[in-house]
Amino acid sequence: MSERKIRVVVAKPGLDGHDRGAKVIARAFRDAGMEVIYTGLRQTPEQIVETAIQEDADAIGISILSGAHEHYFRTIIDMLKERSAEDIIVFGGGVIPENEVPSLLEMGAGAVFGPGTPTTESIEWLRKAVEAKRAKEVQS
Amino acid sequence: MVFKEEKLERIEKEKQAFEARMEKSRQKRPEQRELFTTGSGIPVKTVYAPDDIKDLEYLDDLGMPGSFPFTRGVQPNMYRGRFWTMRQYAGFSTAEDSNARYRYLLSQGSTGLSVAFDLPTQIGYDSDHSMAQGEVGKVGVPVDTLADMEILFDQIPLDQVTTSMTINAPASVLLAMYIALGEKQGVSADKLGGTIQNDILKEYIARGTYIFPPKPSMRLITDIFDFCSNHVPKWNTISISGYHIREAGSTAAQEIAFTLADGIAYVDAAIKKGQDPNVFGERLSFFFNAHNDFLEEVAKFRAARRIWAKIMKERFGLTNDKAMMLRFHTQTGGSTLTAQQPENNIIRVAFQALAAVLGGTQSLHTNSMDEALALPTEKSVGIALKTQQIIAYESGVCSTVDPLAGSYYIEALTKALETQALEYIEKIDEMGGMLVAIEKGYVQQQIQDAAYAYQRAVESGDAVVVGVNKFQIKEDNSGRELLRVDPSVGVRQVTKLNAVKAGRDNLKVKATLEDIRKAARDEGTNLMPLILEAVRCYASEGEICGVLREEFGEYRENIVL
Repeated sequence: MSERKIRVVVAKPGLDGHDRGAKVIARAFRDAGMEVIYTGLRQTPEQIVETAIQEDADAIGISILSGAHEHYFRTIIDMLKERSAEDIIVFGGGVIPENEVPSLLEMGAGAVFGPGTPTTESIEWLRKAVEAKRAKEVQS
Repeated sequence: MVFKEEKLERIEKEKQAFEARMEKSRQKRPEQRELFTTGSGIPVKTVYAPDDIKDLEYLDDLGMPGSFPFTRGVQPNMYRGRFWTMRQYAGFSTAEDSNARYRYLLSQGSTGLSVAFDLPTQIGYDSDHSMAQGEVGKVGVPVDTLADMEILFDQIPLDQVTTSMTINAPASVLLAMYIALGEKQGVSADKLGGTIQNDILKEYIARGTYIFPPKPSMRLITDIFDFCSNHVPKWNTISISGYHIREAGSTAAQEIAFTLADGIAYVDAAIKKGQDPNVFGERLSFFFNAHNDFLEEVAKFRAARRIWAKIMKERFGLTNDKAMMLRFHTQTGGSTLTAQQPENNIIRVAFQALAAVLGGTQSLHTNSMDEALALPTEKSVGIALKTQQIIAYESGVCSTVDPLAGSYYIEALTKALETQALEYIEKIDEMGGMLVAIEKGYVQQQIQDAAYAYQRAVESGDAVVVGVNKFQIKEDNSGRELLRVDPSVGVRQVTKLNAVKAGRDNLKVKATLEDIRKAARDEGTNLMPLILEAVRCYASEGEICGVLREEFGEYRENIVL
């Protein structure tokens, strides 16, 4: 039986225009056999959540280098809850100080990948996370 | 270069014998790599000799510094006369905090100011806009009205410093505020010196802080050119940038090509509006990256000067030498710095800064070691500034102009970069120019492909990043002192803004905004005087840009993956 491809939204929330990393990771996910929806810049949390739900995504990868990570992770995670979509995995990367990562994880982010993380690491993590998520879905 | 024919022949023969010996030795002892290339992929030979530059003509291809084609530098005596401006990009949290940082930097020997604005300000939103949530004061200083500028430049006389403002889509508004501030200080516009980045094309390509679509954006830019030619003659009206294009992942040749192709588009646009390139050309400036491959970077700066001078002379027919000169600011490459072992970044920045100096930059920003982690602390920006001072005062390289000229490798590489860059420019010309190339996504695709290739090289280990994929150590950076922006900054700024709005003549503001709206609809009217009138009355940047957004519309990103 063929396994459904992983569907991941790579998102740029807010005003941050640094998209090199987001584009590289989107391409790496695609080359790894996933279906990727890259949102482009200037996305509101509403738009990101709507896209993820519409696209039946397994996960949302948030790219943020502008220092507004606390605000955007929190808003996106809260919105997913409001729309009963908290099974969608939230993860991200960018310029996020190490000592601020725990609070993002506490909010509900699955992982935060800092500068220098090889794409293989994120890909592996996402595969396992989606596997676990799907296993839970089958059980419920 | 003048080499006797027979001497050249003997050298070439000797070189062939050398290559044959090297080939034999490689069989027994392979070299560290199969192919050596510059950071940008240009193949690098074992050794360079006179035959590699036998076609170089000193006077035509290099010339004396300060003379066409300016390969060796834009001033005859460069740093013997005056060092480059030590201009550290800074701004964060509030105008008060940023003002303190500027005065600190000036007290530590920096010789020019450089303003970093926060993202809402860069994108024409006031601090109370919904899109500004979470972003106020994070990557730069929030400036909503002239009142913020007054605080930002407190105790800083505008007739005694030059200021570079990294502002693009709303550049007209910030320039107007700077002029209005000068008026309040008693400094007339014709005495003001500085730069606005004002380079929208690279925003579409690589930086992302655009607001309006291309046509009205180019109109705003050419309005500024004209206004400054007449009223603010010492001001650099644009900083045509390659820095961000490189940061997005381009090669050195692409950095040159896409920057200069943007420059061509701006010159074309201004000429179409009836402006004289011999006049506005003098106040165009550029902004490049200082990246890792030391020698390639030096060659890059030299190639850029030569290409631009020839474009201005041959393509646009300029007769004023001063308008053909490529004057530039440099910033060391932020994307090369690592979160791992941040102290290593001090060394990276030192080499990159040296390359910029040997490349003849007019102005320089050196990044701080905590670049990958946060905005700089006072301590780390101090080290970055000292890096420049040590080069200037202790290294000896400033005593003579363009010391690497004549090096077989440097001249061969300068030529190779020039050739590659010209190929890209020609390709863009064939497409119909830069605006078309951006619309087609060609430029963005080239950059992304280069960025992806580099990431693959790092992950395969082919490209080494010390401390990241080789020579890693187990680190605990949790105790490191980093700059933090207080989360209450946003709320405080909104309170300030409301106070300004309450205290100003709101009828007058409304009238000035209406004047801007009317003028926006008439391409033949220069918007600058009207924007200036509005900022004098404390109209906010968001209000002005709000009107322009309604009239001009908003740019929709061409997503190229």
